[in-house]
Order: sequence, then structure tokens, then C-alpha cells
Amino acid sequence: MITLTDFLIVSAALFCIGLYMTVSKRNAIQILIGIELILNAAILNLVAFGKYDKVNNSGQIFALFAIVLAAATTAVALAIILNVYRRYKTIDPNDITKLRD
Amino acid sequence: MTLLRVLFYFLSFIAIVSALYAASSKNLVRSIFVFFVTLFSLAGLYVLALADFVAVTQVVIYVGGILVLILFAFMLSGKETLNVLQKQEGKFLSMKKLPAILLAVLFFVVLINVVFKANADNLPWVRDAISLKNEITPKDIMIDNIGVNLMTRYLLPFEAISILLLVALVGAAHLSRKEGKA
Repeated sequence: MITLTDFLIVSAALFCIGLYMTVSKRNAIQILIGIELILNAAILNLVAFGKYDKVNNSGQIFALFAIVLAAATTAVALAIILNVYRRYKTIDPNDITKLRD
Repeated sequence: MTLLRVLFYFLSFIAIVSALYAASSKNLVRSIFVFFVTLFSLAGLYVLALADFVAVTQVVIYVGGILVLILFAFMLSGKETLNVLQKQEGKFLSMKKLPAILLAVLFFVVLINVVFKANADNLPWVRDAISLKNEITPKDIMIDNIGVNLMTRYLLPFEAISILLLVALVGAAHLSRKEGKA
């Protein structure tokens, strides 16, 4: 039997890898991938705990909501990244230091 | 029972190793494509947690939607994105990355501590669920129940999220519009 603790450890590891990517990468797309990893770790936790709620399915339904939210975030974030690239010709967050005017 | 554990360890090993590779790779394209593997193995883990509908949604939305979007953004932003990465040559453990690695490892230690202190398998409500037979067993089919719950109990968050999706769609279209007319 797979216990809850196993799932929690896997999702903790994924969360920390995502955190490392978000903090250290110098490319906006890779930072986005790190954020997706963090979201997936959260979804794994929701799904693992949702196993113990057969009547209301709260865990699984909120996992679905989290997936939809992730899709919405990615669409907006990629639109922003493309705009930033058009203006600055780079997507390194360290180089983007100027305001519009 | 043991086959289940073997499968779980196999899938979580693939998920963590491919995530580590995506984090350590300097090549953006490789990092994106290895992220595919992570998402697929996570879908497998959802199946092992008896959430097959969430697993299918993960494959459809993440692999079919989000990764294709990321690939498009990468291709539209051109060669420059690769040059940024080629500049920072060096070892895997460079001094610049040390704070980030330290942060991630310390946070991992804290999380593991919390997980073992919380002792999730003996939580009162989890034990109640097991004793009241409120636990999903592998023979249950949850999809119809999810659909009914989505339309009754969770109708308000469902509608809220649909409005949020519309807002995100309009916002993304507005952001990626040609400038000058604004």
C-alpha cells in the first residue's frame, strides 16, 4: 500500500526543484517551468489527500481547478514574455531594468 | 501490493530525476522536452493515487496545451533566448548558484521534517474516512461522482473559474496585440 507520506515526500522534492529553478534560472521560460513544477507538486498533494474523500471528491475537484488555473497563468505569462522580448530583445529577468519611458 | 509499490517508486524516480535534469540543463529545448517526461510520470502518479480523471486532464491540458504554448513562446522569441544560456558556461555547481541550491535544500529539509512530524497517515480525519469506508478503493469509478459534484456542490467555484479563464483569455489577447494603436 502506498502511504500518504510517500506522496508528500515526492511532492516536497518536486516543490524544492521548482523553487530552485524559479530562483536561479536566467531565462523567463525556465522560470515558468519552475512555477509549473511547484503547481504540480501542489496538485499531487491535493490528489493524494483526495483519496480519503469519496463522497465529496474535494481533493480531485480542486486539483482540476488548479490545473485550469495553471493553464490560465501560463497563457498570460507567455503573452507577457513575448511582449518583453519584443521590447528588450532578451528574456533574462536580470536585464529587464527599465520602465516604459 | 508490492507491484504497486515498485510502480510508485519507479514513477516517482522518473519524475524527480527528469525534474532535476530540467533544472540543471543549460539547454532550454532539452529542459522543455524533459519537462514532458516529468508531466507524464506525474500523471502516472495521479493514477496510483486513484485519481484517473485528474490524470487524463493533466495529460490533455498540460502536455497538450501548456507545453505546446511554451514551445511556441520559445520559437517566437528566437535565437536570443539560447544565447543567454550559452553565455553562462561552467560547472554544475557554480558559486553563483550556491544560494539557490542552499535555499532549495534547506527548504526540502524543513518540508521533510514537517511531513514526518505531521504523520499524515494517522490524521484523525483520515482514520475516520478509513473506518467509515469513505476511502476510494481501486474498484470505484469516480468520474460520474466528480461530474455530479462539479454541478452541485462546487458550482460556485466552477463558475468563478470560468469567468477567470475568460478574463485571462481577454488579457492575454490584449497583451499580445500590436502596439501603437493602444
